[in-house]
Amino acid sequence: MTAPLLRVQDLVKHYTASGLFGARGQPVRAVDGVSFEVGRGETLGLVGESGCGKSSVGRTILRLQEPTAGRAEFEGVDVFALDRRELRRLRRRMQIIFQDPYSSLNPRMTVGAAVAEGIEIHRLARGAEVGRRVQRLLEEVGLDPGYGRRYPHEFSGGQRQRIGIARALAVEPSFIVCDEPVSALDVSVQAQVLNLLGDLQRDRGLSYLFIAHDLAVVRQIAHRVAVMYLGRIVETGPTEALLAAPRHPYTVALLSAVPEPDPGRRRSRIVLGGDLPSPSNPPSGCPFHTRCFHPARNERCRTEVPMLRPVGATLAACHYAETTPLPGASAA
Amino acid sequence: MRGDAGRLLRDRRAALGAAVLGLAVLAAVLAPMLAGDPIAQGDVVATRFLPPLATDPLGAFHLLGTDRFGRDVWARLIYGARVSLGVGVLAVLLSVVVGVAVGAVAGYWRGWTRVALLGFTDFALALPRVVLLLLLASLWQPSALLVIVVLGLTGWMAIARLVYAEVRALAGRPFVESAVGLGVAGPRILVRHILPNALTPVIIAAALGLANAILLEAGLSFLGLGVQPPTPSWGNLIASGRDTLVNAPWVAAAPGVALVVVVVAATLLGDALRDRLDPRRNG
Repeated sequence: MTAPLLRVQDLVKHYTASGLFGARGQPVRAVDGVSFEVGRGETLGLVGESGCGKSSVGRTILRLQEPTAGRAEFEGVDVFALDRRELRRLRRRMQIIFQDPYSSLNPRMTVGAAVAEGIEIHRLARGAEVGRRVQRLLEEVGLDPGYGRRYPHEFSGGQRQRIGIARALAVEPSFIVCDEPVSALDVSVQAQVLNLLGDLQRDRGLSYLFIAHDLAVVRQIAHRVAVMYLGRIVETGPTEALLAAPRHPYTVALLSAVPEPDPGRRRSRIVLGGDLPSPSNPPSGCPFHTRCFHPARNERCRTEVPMLRPVGATLAACHYAETTPLPGASAA
Repeated sequence: MRGDAGRLLRDRRAALGAAVLGLAVLAAVLAPMLAGDPIAQGDVVATRFLPPLATDPLGAFHLLGTDRFGRDVWARLIYGARVSLGVGVLAVLLSVVVGVAVGAVAGYWRGWTRVALLGFTDFALALPRVVLLLLLASLWQPSALLVIVVLGLTGWMAIARLVYAEVRALAGRPFVESAVGLGVAGPRILVRHILPNALTPVIIAAALGLANAILLEAGLSFLGLGVQPPTPSWGNLIASGRDTLVNAPWVAAAPGVALVVVVVAATLLGDALRDRLDPRRNG
C-alpha cells in the first residue's frame, strides 16, 4: 500500500474540568493513546459504546477540539501544527457529517445557502456557478435541486442527513469523518444513507472514518474496523476477519449484540455486567478486566496493560487473545 | 417567520398592542396632515384655555382645546408623539446595537475580552439609571439628542446579558460546529449562524424597553431635563398643564392619557411576544 491518507499516532485527549483557580479533579481520559491509518478510498469503522471516546477521536483529528498529545498526518501535513489560516485551508480537504441531522443544520439558513456556504468561503466558484454547483450537489445526494430555497425544518431526518452530506461534499474533501451519521435514523433510511455514502466513495474516491456504536452498520460500509474501549483501541483488523473471528472479549460481546439475520443459527448473547468504568479513573492493567468474561482472566489482567499485538487476522489488546471464546462456540 | 407573525397576532394582547402602537406611529408620521401648527399662537387672550371641541373666534376648531398660549392641544399632542416615540425608538435602537455587540463578542470569544466586557456590563448595571440620567442631563444642554444618547447608553445591559447567554448556548450547538468544520471564520459564524438564532429575546426586550424609554423620556422632559419647549414632547406637555389641572385639565390629560395608552400597548405587545417566542416560558 502507498502512503496512507491519514495517519494518527498516539492521539491523547484529556478533558479537565476547569474551575476558577485552574484545573480541578482528575482529567477525563477520553482518548488515551490511539493510533490508526486510513488509506485512500478506504473506510475505517470506529466502534465502541457511548463514552468510549470515539467521537473525540474524530473531532480532534479535525481540530474541532484541540488534542492533548499525539500526532495526525493528513496528506503529508501535520494537522496539529497548523495555524488558523492553514487550518481553514485544510478544512476543504477534511469534512465531518454529524450524528443529529436536526441540530446540525442552521434553522435560519436555507438549504441552498447551507450547501453554498463552503463553496463561497473557499472561493471554489462565483456568481451563477455557485447556484449550479449547489443544484448538482443536491442531485448527487438524491434530493430535488429545487429544495435549495427551503428551510431545514421542512425535511425529514434522512433528507436532512443528505443535506448535511451535500454541505460537506461542497468543498470537495478527500476525507470525511462520519460521526454516527445514521444512528438517529430509522433502519430503512439508514440503509439508504449508507448506500449513498458507499456510492459517493466509489464516485469520488473518498475516505471515511466511520464512527458508530453498532457493528451491524459498520459491517455494511467499513473495509477495516477498530474497536474502542475506554479511550483505547482494543482490537483492529479487516472487517470480515474481525467479525468472523474476534480475538478481544469486548469485540465478542459487541458482536453478540448484533442481530443474527439467519434464524437457524443461534448465538449466545453476552451481556456485559456493570457500566463503563469512569474514564477519569480507569481500571489498572487491562481497562476491560472489570467486565471481562474470559475464562483465563487472572491477576495479570489487573496489573499489566495489554498491548495491541497480532493474533490471527487481527490485532488485539488482550493477554489471552489466543483462547478467547468465539461467539458461536457456546451456542445454546 | 410569516407564520409566526400570524400566530402572534391571534393573541389579543399582541393584536391590541400592535394596533395601538401602529396608530400612534402613523399619527406621528402623518402629523402635518392631521393637525395644524403646534407652535402657532393666535390672539392669545381670545383663544387661550378653550375647552375641547371649541371653535375659536377666528373659526378654527380645537378638538382637544387650547393651552395657555392659545396653541392647539391636539396639534401639540400629535407633534409631541413624533418626539416622544422617535426618542423612544431611537434610544431602544441604540441600546439594541450596543447590547447585541457587547453580548455577542463576550459570548463568542473566550478569555480576557469576555471577562472585561462582562465586568463592564455588571458595572454599568450597578449604576442607578435614573440618577445617572439626571446627572448627565444636567451636565449638558438638554436636547432630544442627548436624551436618546443617555437613554440608549443606559439601557443596553439587559440586552447584552440576554445575547451573551444566548450566544454561549448556541456556540456549542452542532450547526455551529459544522460551520467551524467547514472552515468558516469566526466573525462570519457569529453574524451568519449565531446571531440570527439569538435575536428572539432581543425583540422581546426591545418591545418592553420601548415602553420604559418612552416613560423615562417623558419623566426627564417633565422635569425640564429632556426635550425643551416650545418643541412639544408628551413629558413637557404634561408639565405645561400641571399648573392648570383644575381650570383646564385637558392640557395635561391629553398627553397623559396618550402616554399611558402607548406604554401599556408596548408592554402588552412585549408580554405577548415573550409568551409566544421565548421557549423557556413555553416549558
